[in-house]
Amino acid sequence: MHGRIDQHQASGQGVGARLPRKEDDRLMRGRGQYVADIRLAGMQDVAFVRSPLAHARIRGIHVPEAYRDRVFTAADLVGVNPIRAVSGLPGFKISEQPVLATDKVRQVGELIAMCVAPTRAEAEDIAAAVVLDLEELPAVHDMLQARAPDAPLVHEHWGDNIFLETNFEVDISAALDAPIKVSREITTARQCMAPLEGRGVVASFDHRLDQLVVTTSAQMPHINRNGLAECLGMDQGRIRVISPDVGGGFGHKGILLPEEVCLSWLTMRLGHPVRWIEDRREHLIASANCREHHYKITLYADRDGKLRGIDCEATVDSGAYSSYPFSACLEAAQVASILPGPYVMPAYRCRTFSVATNKCPILPYRGVARTGVCFALELMLDLVAAEAGLEPSEVRLRNLVQPDQMPFDNITNKHFDSGDYPEAMRRALEAIDVEALRARQRRGEPDGRRIGLGVSIYCEQAAHGTSVYSGWGIPMVPGHEQATARLTPDGGLELRVGVHSHGQSMETTLAQVAHEMLGIDVGNVRIILGDTAMTPYSTGTWGSRCAVMAGGAVATACGDLGDRIKRIGAKLLQQDVADVELIDAEVRGPNGSVTLREIAHTWYRRPQDLPKDVDPGGLDVTSGYKPQRDSGTFSYAAHAAVVAVDPDLGAVEILDYVIVEDGGVLINPMVVDGQIFGGLAQGIGTALYEEMPFDGAGQPLATTFADYLLPGPTEVPAPRLDHMETPAPYTRFGVKGIGEGGAIAPPAAIANAVNDALRRCGAELMRSPITPHRVVEAVIAAQGAGRAAA
Amino acid sequence: MKPAPFDYARPRDLSSALSLLGGNAGAKVMAGGQSLGPMLILRLAQPEQIVDITAIDELKQAEISGDELVLGACVTHADIEDGRVPDVSAGAMRSVAANIAYRAVRNRGTIGGSLSHADPAADWVSVLAALGARVTLRSVSASRQVSLSEFIVGALQSCLQPGELVAAIHIPKRSATAHWGYVKACRKTGEFAHGQCAALIDPDVGSARIVIGALDAAPVLIAKPAELFGGRVDADYKTRFDPRVADRLLNEAGVTDAVHRHIHLTVLKRALQEAA
Ligand SMILES: Cc1cc2nc3c(=O)[nH]c(=O)nc-3n(C[C@H](O)[C@H](O)[C@H](O)COP(=O)(O)OP(=O)(O)OC[C@H]3O[C@@H](n4cnc5c(N)ncnc54)[C@H](O)[C@@H]3O)c2cc1C
Repeated sequence: MHGRIDQHQASGQGVGARLPRKEDDRLMRGRGQYVADIRLAGMQDVAFVRSPLAHARIRGIHVPEAYRDRVFTAADLVGVNPIRAVSGLPGFKISEQPVLATDKVRQVGELIAMCVAPTRAEAEDIAAAVVLDLEELPAVHDMLQARAPDAPLVHEHWGDNIFLETNFEVDISAALDAPIKVSREITTARQCMAPLEGRGVVASFDHRLDQLVVTTSAQMPHINRNGLAECLGMDQGRIRVISPDVGGGFGHKGILLPEEVCLSWLTMRLGHPVRWIEDRREHLIASANCREHHYKITLYADRDGKLRGIDCEATVDSGAYSSYPFSACLEAAQVASILPGPYVMPAYRCRTFSVATNKCPILPYRGVARTGVCFALELMLDLVAAEAGLEPSEVRLRNLVQPDQMPFDNITNKHFDSGDYPEAMRRALEAIDVEALRARQRRGEPDGRRIGLGVSIYCEQAAHGTSVYSGWGIPMVPGHEQATARLTPDGGLELRVGVHSHGQSMETTLAQVAHEMLGIDVGNVRIILGDTAMTPYSTGTWGSRCAVMAGGAVATACGDLGDRIKRIGAKLLQQDVADVELIDAEVRGPNGSVTLREIAHTWYRRPQDLPKDVDPGGLDVTSGYKPQRDSGTFSYAAHAAVVAVDPDLGAVEILDYVIVEDGGVLINPMVVDGQIFGGLAQGIGTALYEEMPFDGAGQPLATTFADYLLPGPTEVPAPRLDHMETPAPYTRFGVKGIGEGGAIAPPAAIANAVNDALRRCGAELMRSPITPHRVVEAVIAAQGAGRAAA
Repeated sequence: MKPAPFDYARPRDLSSALSLLGGNAGAKVMAGGQSLGPMLILRLAQPEQIVDITAIDELKQAEISGDELVLGACVTHADIEDGRVPDVSAGAMRSVAANIAYRAVRNRGTIGGSLSHADPAADWVSVLAALGARVTLRSVSASRQVSLSEFIVGALQSCLQPGELVAAIHIPKRSATAHWGYVKACRKTGEFAHGQCAALIDPDVGSARIVIGALDAAPVLIAKPAELFGGRVDADYKTRFDPRVADRLLNEAGVTDAVHRHIHLTVLKRALQEAA
């Protein structure tokens, strides 16, 4: 195997090559085709009437007479089922999300009616003419208040607002006498994912195939089809879901939308194509919310900084409904399983609450629960370091799983597969030159700003499979990942995979894997994705799984195809198959060679030349793949940030940023760099800018990008990257999933850096994002406390 | 979202524009569209008719006349940034222009539109008040000139009457001895400021025009600036600055949140320190 890798690396196209992205030729010339680019004959636009209130009973929906046949409400959707995303975890309470509201609305922006017209502007005119008669109910927008016994109820029949409560404990009593005990409350803001392209749906009906065709900006098209079939009560064969080019997913596009169900129904009702393109206001108000966590957390440690245990109560604001397929509990329940991070500890307790509020459902966002967990744990470790009188990095080094312990089963039974965590931290520190930085801090800055250093480190379970997901009992459990590899009559290769690519460069990396197996030029490899009619079933893109799972599937399918190619080639060369090799897209034997093109030509065009006992399966193979062990790969990274904080204006500037990352064997290091850059930008957003605030009535307050701040080019520094490559022990090529990692550690590293900068003035921030207002508030509070103490 | 339906006119001369505005109470001026565009899209503004004034040459003129610079309302931020119009502010306006929003916005956004929109955090609203600018307002039947403090009457509120538009802005020549300081605090490049101060201080004649912007209300032109410096404006003004007085003035201006006050005070302090 290794010989082969080396050989094809030498050709500059195989596993490990920094190959420019194949998809860029199309995308960078503006030739990508997104949902909003699609024009179908007779297509009309849809605008929705959405709830202006966070919680209300619907008394009436008044449609002007002139628009009777242009407006549709829940009363019209006979036979359409609500979206149900149930978790099998014990005690989970089920929410039913009607695709158009029936008796109640439970969040601002909830769909109440759909209006259809030749243009979106006209559809909005109609929507504006629909009058709602709503009886406002008390809303609950604060997850901690929602847990209180007298809180208004989002789903009355539950009796409380708790989707799910979980408890996990290992011997916490053993930690309670530790000499160091630090406790805090830590909060991460509700955010809104912001892919360049929002969601969008074009629905039409193909009468020839008796098939509903839903073209949607989605990252898990096969899962959308499952959900659509359930909601519409249709056979899966009558539904085709197409995801064309998708301008960023990040988790937002993994969710079945009520809009998708609505438009599917509508096109069948009206008999012409309909489309809905999410605008940014809808996106911010009613979709894509994520990340809102609250932690009450205590760390116990010995004087030397060694962790004795963690005790935590974590609450996640899940919003009004359980989203399909991940459910309302995935985020909080994961918190409990990943909070111990990459560290060793003998005792641990975590209680979690997934809480329903009158806000839109929380969706998984790149890093999912990890970004919040890393923030909470890594901020707390800095406090342990302060108590122990140690450099924060030293506390990490003393508690990280050591390389000689690998593979390591941690306190929550996560199986860390491989790696050298302390080495990643040491390399990051070296890159920063901590001593010089400490000296600079002591000298002070001429401009009065304060410098701080922050570190954080995490490990990320990725590409975890059946054994992990079957336990959650949610509508989606990954099994074998499949790929179809087909040689075309002229010797080109078509690969069909069920995952989708929306920025992760799969068209390039999967072609590299095919090249690795068959030696075929990547220019002759076509990747077909994003279409349930053309690709094998897959749960799609989530959990940093595509390189591992689709990469493994492509390798397996190409391997199997290669075997058939070799057998035909051997016959053509009149050799025994054991005596031929498949190298550089040709089958070579002792006396000659035959190219893929010749072999394909023979199979398709000159079957008369084939041996009688040829494999009738031909040059078209679908194979499945699962790693030897499906408990997941564990990539990891150490991040170090140097910031300058202006204590009077609260401004934070990132002066330096270092990332040392181990993603196992990298299929394309340049693609990995890109993933990390993008993740870092999002992490900086979490750390310093992005926040979706609500007022007391549950109204979202950041409804345009003027209020919802995203980092731009001037706010995202170029990080310094360093790769370690510890091959994963259980996966094809030793690949680990890294897609989400870049977004996990930055909030923690940056917050630690800010707190380091402000430590001498006694200020502390335990909440993201770190806004100027919060910094100045903390500084003023510390000054007040200082004065009071003096 | 998409705008509600509206009619659109793009007159070539000022008098046609004024008669369109005068003849239709539902008409609204559009200059660069950088603020009006989003309001239309969000349906916060639903005018019957848009009168686009960017084809009117007269409104794009810029000339020095006597002791003042007269800028047509449709001069863009980029025109000023790039030095395509004359300058009487010794470079002050050019550097302000260069830091408004992003280049794409500056290419279209106009000085007249910026003032008319009267966003309390807009750069020109504070800067031109500190520079002592006046504006000429025109309607079909009348023309009047008002100071900037008279023009901006509140957050997003000007004294423009129906049928009236801003035709020109008059900026007095900055005296050779005057110091200029301008500081704004923004969350990120191109964002509207959350703290803003423009100061034109002439120690030689003992005068100071200090404007604090980015408040919830119209920017505040400090009425008795000498109070900030222990009773007089002279060469030592930087060292004589008394933050307690500034703190009191901010409180009186309605900045009751201690954190906001600290940020505004810091911005004020720095604008004075940087004045040169
Ligand atoms: C992303 C973004 C960031 C921005 N950041 C900043 C910033 O940092 N600082 C800043 O100062 N500005 C900022 N702006 C605003 C920008 O400067 C605009 O130029 C300004 O708000 C409006 O100018 P306009 O010519 O585009 O006016 P328009 O949008 O065309 O009009 C705005 C309003 O003024 C009225 N109007 C326009 N011209 C006249 C006139 N001559 N007479 C009477 N009424 C008139 C219109 O009817 C409308 O009500 C930003 C804008 C954007 C989109």
